[in-house]
Amino acid sequence: MVQFSSARLDASFAALSDATRRGVLEQIGRAEASISDLADAFHMTLTGMKKHVGVLERAGLVVTEKVGRVRTCRLGGLGLEDEAAWIARYRQSWDVRFDALDKVVEELKAKETRNGL
Amino acid sequence: MGYEEGKATTTNGTRVERTSACELVVTRTFNAPARIVFAAWTTPELFMRWWAPKSTGVPMLACDMNVRTGGGYRVVFGQDASSAMTFFGKYLEVVPDARLVWTNEEGGKGAVTTVTFDEKDGKTLLILRELYPSKEALDEAFIGMEGGTPEQFAQLDELLETLGASAAEA
Repeated sequence: MVQFSSARLDASFAALSDATRRGVLEQIGRAEASISDLADAFHMTLTGMKKHVGVLERAGLVVTEKVGRVRTCRLGGLGLEDEAAWIARYRQSWDVRFDALDKVVEELKAKETRNGL
Repeated sequence: MGYEEGKATTTNGTRVERTSACELVVTRTFNAPARIVFAAWTTPELFMRWWAPKSTGVPMLACDMNVRTGGGYRVVFGQDASSAMTFFGKYLEVVPDARLVWTNEEGGKGAVTTVTFDEKDGKTLLILRELYPSKEALDEAFIGMEGGTPEQFAQLDELLETLGASAAEA
């Protein structure tokens, strides 16, 4: 079973709150990329991109590895799955409720129709 | 992006988004005018039928609602009186067929819940916002949900099967 740590979730949500960082995750989800590749792709300075990658790395969403002079980024094994599982569970609980609400709503509608409203 | 569950298969899929550190937003469309959906949220005998569906395993034992601005509500869940848990709060705002705002006061760090009912072409877009007093309070609420996941999913499967079966009959 997935375990959730509050501190980790904080870091993950903070990391995911930024559009550039979400874009970076999408990008390296398709293929590994170096920090300079990412800086180019997002029209950003190397320093700026390093900061974003650092935030993602601390949240466990990204893993980086330095080979020679190039630092390569790929998706981390931590975080995103928890995030998704957490939100999915919350969604499921509302979904169950709302499916039941659908039934009540349908009944009320049928009743109005019968009463000629 | 990233937060959503990819395998939403229901026709009127429920969407969930964490819009900020302290706020969660749930969105769902219902195939009925706002007055009907609103009635289901504000009439105790109707509310009891859907807020705690059987599959959750914890039935609602009692529900009192004084649906007016400043009015209180009290909802009791449990198998019996000995295991009962009471949730309560008050309505901060009530706009018939359009908007409900209430507090959740049982925990001390409860959210303020805002529900809006927006009717368009005979359908109602429902948006529910849970605004927690702090990021920590929201995280705790989530951590509190931990446990029981496999059961919840099993119950969900059961319910979906039942719903599927009754839809096929209809």
